[in-house]
Amino acid sequence: MLAVHELSAHYGPVRAVDHVSLEVSAGSVTAVLGANGAGKTSLLRTITGLIPASAGRVIFEGEDITRRPVEEIVRRGLAHVPEGRGVIAELSVDENLRLGGLWRGRDAAPRKEIYELFPRLHDRRTQLASRLSGGERQMLSIGRALMGRPRALLLDEPSLGLAPLLVAQIMAMIRRLADTLDLAVLLVEQNARSALSVANRGVVLNLGRVVADEESHRLAADEGLRHAYLGF
Amino acid sequence: MTKFIDLTLSGISDGAIYAAVALALVLIWRATRIVNFAQGAMLMITTFIAYAVIGAGASYVVGFLAALLSGLALGAVTERVLIRRVEHAPPLNAVIVTLGLYTVLVAVAGMIWGNTPKSFPAAFSLRGYTVGGTTLLFTPNDTFIVLVVIAVALGLAAMFRFTSLGLQMRAAAFAPEVARLLGVRVGRMFTVGWALAAVAGAIAGVLVAPSVFLGPNSFDPILIGGFVAAVLGGLDSPPGAVIGGLLLGLALSYVSGYEGSALVPLAALAILVLVLMIRPSGLFSAAQERRV
Amino acid sequence: MSAPAIPRAVRERTLLRSLSLVIVGGLLIALITGALSSYRNLQLAYGGYYFAALAGLTVLAGLSGQISLGHGALMAVGAYTSGLLIGNEGWALVPALVAAAGVSAIIGIPLGLAASRLRGPYLAGATLAFAVGLPALADKFPSTFGGENGLTINPSMPPSWLGSNFALERWEAWIACACALIVLFVLYNLVHSGVGRSLRAVRDDEIAASLCGLHVGRNQTVAFVVSAACAGLGGGVFTVVNQLAAPGSFQVQLSLYLLAGVVIGGLGSLVGAIWGAALLVFLPNWTTDLANSFSLSTNVSHNLPLAIYGVVLIAAMLLWPSGIQGGFRSLGSWLWHRRGRRSRSPGAPADRPSAAS
Repeated sequence: MLAVHELSAHYGPVRAVDHVSLEVSAGSVTAVLGANGAGKTSLLRTITGLIPASAGRVIFEGEDITRRPVEEIVRRGLAHVPEGRGVIAELSVDENLRLGGLWRGRDAAPRKEIYELFPRLHDRRTQLASRLSGGERQMLSIGRALMGRPRALLLDEPSLGLAPLLVAQIMAMIRRLADTLDLAVLLVEQNARSALSVANRGVVLNLGRVVADEESHRLAADEGLRHAYLGF
Repeated sequence: MTKFIDLTLSGISDGAIYAAVALALVLIWRATRIVNFAQGAMLMITTFIAYAVIGAGASYVVGFLAALLSGLALGAVTERVLIRRVEHAPPLNAVIVTLGLYTVLVAVAGMIWGNTPKSFPAAFSLRGYTVGGTTLLFTPNDTFIVLVVIAVALGLAAMFRFTSLGLQMRAAAFAPEVARLLGVRVGRMFTVGWALAAVAGAIAGVLVAPSVFLGPNSFDPILIGGFVAAVLGGLDSPPGAVIGGLLLGLALSYVSGYEGSALVPLAALAILVLVLMIRPSGLFSAAQERRV
Repeated sequence: MSAPAIPRAVRERTLLRSLSLVIVGGLLIALITGALSSYRNLQLAYGGYYFAALAGLTVLAGLSGQISLGHGALMAVGAYTSGLLIGNEGWALVPALVAAAGVSAIIGIPLGLAASRLRGPYLAGATLAFAVGLPALADKFPSTFGGENGLTINPSMPPSWLGSNFALERWEAWIACACALIVLFVLYNLVHSGVGRSLRAVRDDEIAASLCGLHVGRNQTVAFVVSAACAGLGGGVFTVVNQLAAPGSFQVQLSLYLLAGVVIGGLGSLVGAIWGAALLVFLPNWTTDLANSFSLSTNVSHNLPLAIYGVVLIAAMLLWPSGIQGGFRSLGSWLWHRRGRRSRSPGAPADRPSAAS
């Protein structure tokens, strides 16, 4: 579904993403783990074209999408939920959702569907997104990405700043979305333990390089790796 | 007393013009965080085009439409060819580019049409209404001006609020990166913003031309007025621009009526500096104050 | 002034260097003007007053990252001040020019206070309003400012100790160049002073600078007022050289010419201001010649300089944002690197990071 081959990207002279390769198949969750500054966010931003790739390729549904404009990549069905939740604070909840489906035209998911998934959002649909709590923003951000009926979903730190109970709910929901919608999910997380609890595979980054790529239960069992990079 | 009423009424009509120009500036500011100092010159060019079309024998309506279409094209081309290249440069570069465009357009108009101001036809009578035996300065054409500007403001508001184009434009303005991640063609939205702004400006130009005459530099004070009105409204808010325009129109009308029209731009400057000193985010803006 | 303290030795070195620069420049000009025709001397005088205004404008832009569109109008303030004082009050040349700079500085204070609070496009907009609004005052008070016709004064004759056949134009060139050198001296020291240093810090990162305790607003006001005084001095000299101060010379276009002048010279570059002054002096002649040789209509030939300035502004920003002086500088460093590289490594390593630089 989504394959990354030897992808590299630079911030000025710093190589933020260094020959990274990984794969995500439909209906599976791949977690990208690592400490702050390991290049996780840069990797996602390079995949969707927000940072130009300096080398390597991104293949999505069999087509090379490297160095295509961001909008075009998204319009192929690759949704990216950015870090910090990325809701547009000046728009209402309903408008945020509508926006997510505009590019799909008539084939967009009905808003009703998203509201069934997140009933809390329905209660607040006319309010500005700036009034939402952190958890609600995360729901809005994910729900908005689903409006375009994507084939793959890139999630950047969805647990950031959320209470543990909420984190567990969000993670469970991500698993459910992958299963029910047959989505390929690439989940960037600092919270390695909860990410691995729902992921099929785990990829560990350090200084922009892949240092481990294994099935998630093996990764969780590897004590050395856990101590060195995952902090649990 | 009659003078005061006269000044108030003509202030409303002037204010409508400032409001239209302020709307144009706000549209561009929201889209690209650039103040378009070429706005006055752009609407001068489109008004000259209307002048040429009407001079060639076409009707007023056709001339008006020609101004709108040329505004649309001018705005879009300007964004595509010039502005796109400085969008990511320091803000000073964009300011200088719009000033350069202003300079070029003024020079081109002078080359084609000369520097002597021309008279421009009005849509309706320029003879004031008569109420109870006294003739007011307010004319049927002023009524037309006010109504057209109201229509433009309401039309833009409806477009932003209810259409998906408007939604995408707002998203592109507030959060360009997130908008791109939602498949919004942000660059295209910026082009549309510039084009719509130039149309709003073109409307203001055709409306105001009968009373200021038409020359390469005739609209400089209008641009200043529009800029001050936009800042009054917070530079970010279309309703603020309209209210700012009306308030400024009234204030400047009193200055002009009681102290002479020569002082109008300096009075606008004084108002601008006062507002920026006291409330840098504009009189009506709910947005946070600028940092530092 | 709570600007960062500059070591005394550095301060003295700056002072000494600028002083010797001014003396050498002054001597050169005194000699060269003797060899120039009176027409060339007059052009040199034009260049002198343009340089004063351009230098003020470019230092303001370079130090604070802001541009003023009001410097044409500030020149008008200086021009009318010296016109009124010399023509009506019978003041001598030097005090009249000092007053021209002083009055412009005073007018510059409210603008400078505004400038210290305004970021980005606001200052440009406010000063544009000033430039559009000010010339109209000549009409508002015709008895004082002479309306459209402006003020005329008698030429200031060269002093008798220079000899009876000392050309008037050469004397005017001396006056203008002396003022230009004074401006150069003042601005050079401003740029290298604590104020200049803290302003550069502010330009690069305003929040960090204010966290360091720099008086951001006060320093910016100082920079604007000094810059306004330079423009006023230029305007004062304008009246002396042209024997006329009229609103037609100080329309908003003048501010745009000045902007084009500093942009082509390179924002912030004092040497660039010389290039800008040369452009402002020679371009009208070139375009007139061009218009004559192609027998263009008067509409076209009158507006040709304006069109060129506009194109210069746009093209410089799109293609060559550092101006002529910056171009020379980068050309110089390019040549330097080329030479250095050739001598160091004949076979360049293949794995040199490409996108990194």
